[in-house]
Amino acid sequence: MSRVKEYHPSLLRGLWALTVRELKKWLNDPIMLLMLVIQPLIWMGLLGKSMNLAAMFSAGNLGNIEVPEKIPIPGNYVIPPANGVIYVSGTMVSQIIQQTVSDIGANVMRNVFGVTDYFSYMSIGMISMIVMTTTMFSGMSIVWDRRLGFLDKVLSTPVPRGAIIFSKVLNATLRAMLQATIILTLATIFGLQLSPSFTLINMFGVYAAIFLLSVGLSSVFLAFSLRSTKLERPMQFISLITMPLMFASNTLFPITLMPDWLQAVAYVNPLSYLTDALRQLTILTLDVSKLTTDFMYLGFFATVLSSIGIVLSWRYLSK
Amino acid sequence: MSKEVIVATGLTKVFNKNLVAVDHVSFSVKHGEIFGFLGPNGAGKTTTINMLITVLRPTEGTASILGYDVVKQANEVRKVIGVVPQEYTADEDLTGYENIILCADLYGIPREVSKKRAVELLELVELTSFKDKKVETYSGGMRRRLELASGLINRPRVLFLDEPTLGLDVQTRAATWNYIKRLKEEYDMTIFMTTHYLEEADTLCDRIAIIDYGKIIITGDPEELKHSLGGDIITISIKEDVDISSIIRSVENVKEVRNENGSYRIKVESGEETAPLIIEALRRNGYTVTRLSLTEPTLNEVYLEYTGRSMRDTEESKEAFRSQRMTIRRARAR
Repeated sequence: MSRVKEYHPSLLRGLWALTVRELKKWLNDPIMLLMLVIQPLIWMGLLGKSMNLAAMFSAGNLGNIEVPEKIPIPGNYVIPPANGVIYVSGTMVSQIIQQTVSDIGANVMRNVFGVTDYFSYMSIGMISMIVMTTTMFSGMSIVWDRRLGFLDKVLSTPVPRGAIIFSKVLNATLRAMLQATIILTLATIFGLQLSPSFTLINMFGVYAAIFLLSVGLSSVFLAFSLRSTKLERPMQFISLITMPLMFASNTLFPITLMPDWLQAVAYVNPLSYLTDALRQLTILTLDVSKLTTDFMYLGFFATVLSSIGIVLSWRYLSK
Repeated sequence: MSKEVIVATGLTKVFNKNLVAVDHVSFSVKHGEIFGFLGPNGAGKTTTINMLITVLRPTEGTASILGYDVVKQANEVRKVIGVVPQEYTADEDLTGYENIILCADLYGIPREVSKKRAVELLELVELTSFKDKKVETYSGGMRRRLELASGLINRPRVLFLDEPTLGLDVQTRAATWNYIKRLKEEYDMTIFMTTHYLEEADTLCDRIAIIDYGKIIITGDPEELKHSLGGDIITISIKEDVDISSIIRSVENVKEVRNENGSYRIKVESGEETAPLIIEALRRNGYTVTRLSLTEPTLNEVYLEYTGRSMRDTEESKEAFRSQRMTIRRARAR
């Protein structure tokens, strides 16, 4: 038998093979894909549409204000002043009042949320929340890989160790990006108002921001999952921190209206920066300085966390 | 052609600083051999394999595969070995073919080569008609064959089989043995395998090391080991309730007599010739033989002789050992 010539495993090749394996696992699964669509739909439908804050200021919510058919106005209030009493049509006044209230409402919304409808605000928040949970959960597949022996099998091949770690991170990130795209599309269909400054180029920014958060979070969770012998532990941890992280950020509500202590948390919470970056790029009029801050923070977060995560995982895999 | 392919010297693995899973194990495997590690569960077989296949780092000692050190030249080792782990590691959601191609990609084998090989290997393990079915539909035997096939994708020169027939039924086990023999001939490999099935070691292995509590107790080829027991065993019972050990012992060729509740276990050089002599001697002394059986040594006896005794020796600390084994297993599962 002729002896084989030697092949050289490359990082990229191994990385891609391992990533494709995971992507195939869930892209081939119609139920999984359906859940992927349904989950954000439920959130948007229940939270985004039920908490329709802007509707609080709509005409219907003003209650029954009795407006007489003719409203008498003393002549000295009229411009230019007139003698006697002047009568104004009640319908017109009521229209003006309604218009004003709705203007006030829109102003409040714009000052508080930056946009006039809560649905748009919240849908974008949903993207970052789902990016976060998807990222955290997908790192956990390594627990299964280890338990089923797949990890040891892969470790006995000459594939670079980095490829094993990065494939998990990449898989988490790609999933998060796909989900973000689905949510954004669905939200737009259901009434999300994109800012006039939005172009498809902005989507690159959206993906970049998601990428940064995913890389950071998934590498840390990967290291955490690798080290815990029980599958339940990372799961519990995720459910423990998801809600606090979501509420202590601008995902559902603006930071400025929070009490000071909560603001302090929200300002270090990377979710706030991701959400703001996404909003800047999609529904708000782009504020470049804010966006720069967001990206700088996300970049910092990604660098620090992924270094920690990757170093820990690496050490674990080569023990 | 007696080049040494695997050499282990004082290989030791200590988990969590105090749990010795493998304790200064030394052995060597020659080219073309099937070398078997035989021992009960938790004896340290898988831990040894994991060190040899570079998945675990030895705490002490060294090992080399084809001259490559498993720690310092781990990557070279990984290129020349194939591994068929104890577990079914194929991805259930992928097809058999996809699984093999995935393995090939990890070795960096170009697609045009790996596609050809995958087809060839699937043919060899008779999975061709199932190659595009998801692995979740495979039976245990089919999965085992798929593991075999994917372990061979890089044309390894040394193949590691960890409990290759664990959990398979008798027929499938026999079929798997055939595959292993055939693959070995086809690819001219050296094979290192672990098992706790005695017939498996007896049928497949050229040489065996019996390992227990992390230590190699004895090494040799199956015949040698059987001989080490000192020949055949005659079991005899008599009607009378008297100790006849001394009479039996006086017979020529009898090596050892053990009275086990009235039946006598006699080790002799050659059972067929000695048995009539024993009967004769007993009759002369007025005893009647009621039962006689003659067994040629099997690996089973060897195994019990060596692992069984050590178990009995440590009866008092059984609990301690049991918990230790649990820990080894858990540590191994990481």
